[in-house]
Amino acid sequence: MKAVVTVTGKDSVGIIAAVSNECALCSVNIVDITQTVLSDYFVMIMLVNIDELKMPFDEFVDKLAALGQDKSLDIHVMHEDIFNTMHTI
Amino acid sequence: MLNTSDILETINMISQENLDVRTITMGISLFDCVSEDENRLCDKIYDKITKKAERLVPVGCEIEKRYGIPIVNKRVSVTPISLVGGDISPEGYIKVAKALQRAADTLGINFIGGFSALVQKGMTKSAERLISVIPEALAETQMVCSSVNVASTKAGINMDAIARMGEVIKRAAYLTRDNNSIGCAKLVVFANVPDDNPFMAGAFHGIGEDETAINVGVSGPGVVASAIKRAGDCSLSELADLIKKTAFKITRVGQLVAMEASKKLDTPFGIIDLSLAPTPAIGDSVAHILEEMGLETCGAHGTTACLAMLNDAVKKGGVMASSRVGGLSGAFIPVSEDAGMIAAVENGSLTLEKLEAMTAVCSVGLDMIAVPGDTPEAVICGIIADEISIGVANTKTTAVRLIPAYGKSAGDKIDFGGLLGSAPIMSINTRSPERFISRGGHIPAPIHSLKN
Repeated sequence: MKAVVTVTGKDSVGIIAAVSNECALCSVNIVDITQTVLSDYFVMIMLVNIDELKMPFDEFVDKLAALGQDKSLDIHVMHEDIFNTMHTI
Repeated sequence: MLNTSDILETINMISQENLDVRTITMGISLFDCVSEDENRLCDKIYDKITKKAERLVPVGCEIEKRYGIPIVNKRVSVTPISLVGGDISPEGYIKVAKALQRAADTLGINFIGGFSALVQKGMTKSAERLISVIPEALAETQMVCSSVNVASTKAGINMDAIARMGEVIKRAAYLTRDNNSIGCAKLVVFANVPDDNPFMAGAFHGIGEDETAINVGVSGPGVVASAIKRAGDCSLSELADLIKKTAFKITRVGQLVAMEASKKLDTPFGIIDLSLAPTPAIGDSVAHILEEMGLETCGAHGTTACLAMLNDAVKKGGVMASSRVGGLSGAFIPVSEDAGMIAAVENGSLTLEKLEAMTAVCSVGLDMIAVPGDTPEAVICGIIADEISIGVANTKTTAVRLIPAYGKSAGDKIDFGGLLGSAPIMSINTRSPERFISRGGHIPAPIHSLKN
């Protein structure tokens, strides 16, 4: 099972490191990353594997949301099914 | 691999355009609760609802987290209480309403629907008793919703029942006068009522339904309005196509949530209701979609045509996205719950007559419309009869949720807060239909109901 992590906000040093570190601590493996900076605005989409996740999924969602709050970023974690369902027939 | 722009589109729909799942409604049959003793009946009803829907709210929250999509309401609908009340007294029906309220409190749900009666052809004693105490039941509970089906295309229109509902609505307004006559916001008069509607105040669990069922109502007027805005000056054919595609995406989310809820609650999936349901929030308005389509303001000539096209395109897109569609399935136009409708009424562009015309092409009817508190009963009955006739003649659901706000007059405003919003009191034509209403009896079913 996979989930999509989206991170948006003002660019600063160490965003990818912080998010990746949190993922590693939760045993979440990063499968793919797309990242760009548009006039100081940081946008990253990560596809992660949650098969080995050490906690219930909603706790992981809360953990990353809290990290986002700490760093003034908007971090969402959503199960990949919502995107597959919406955009494929 | 997921496409980046698809991911961003979904996130934008949720965070900027108010995409949400409006409600997960669990339908619960109460037929096995029937009892001769009213206290026993109340206990059995309370026990069954709290047992069957025990995990509805936690599961709803879990799904919200999993998919990152708000699920605004978790609700329960039950078998029309007049069908399970049997021979209990009118006071017994009030006790049942209170038992429903207790169950709603225990579960932490937003509304519970089904304090209802089906009287399209005639009125049983139990239906009569239930209807007689609807105002008290609504005044003494907060979350219990009531509906009465007074007509169908097959049965015609029960005008005696309509006359009765005029009284009931006025009394409900009076008994809840300290709270802007909110009782009337929880009471709907229907024609051709659907058995599996997840939306309040008209939800109940019909007689041909499973023991329990999960019905889901999607939303997303803001998403449709934004898509139309982005499309710019395209033709109406292109616009129809765009609305279909958007409705498809919205409905797929509803389907996903419904299947997940059905699995987690071990309850059969019922239906997805394809309605575009507005909220009072800015950017979540059906009126704004119509304005985005090219009207100066909702209510202008052309409104009915825009709404007809919108409603049709939403259904065409939605039907492909869901395995089973039902409920009301159409665009809602509740005045108090839609910022654009409120503005259109306030600037004089949208009148009751135009709203009535709009209901001929969309679901569901004259919804959340506040009228002066001194509106005579006969006029209310006349408004109901007109609206119900549109449903019966066009083989569609129509409904009336009218609030004759006690002590208020045209130009005042009442505020319910939350999803029920606020409503400007509309001025109406008060010429009397009293002689017509007092004739009583039945308006026969239209000839096209004889299809066999």
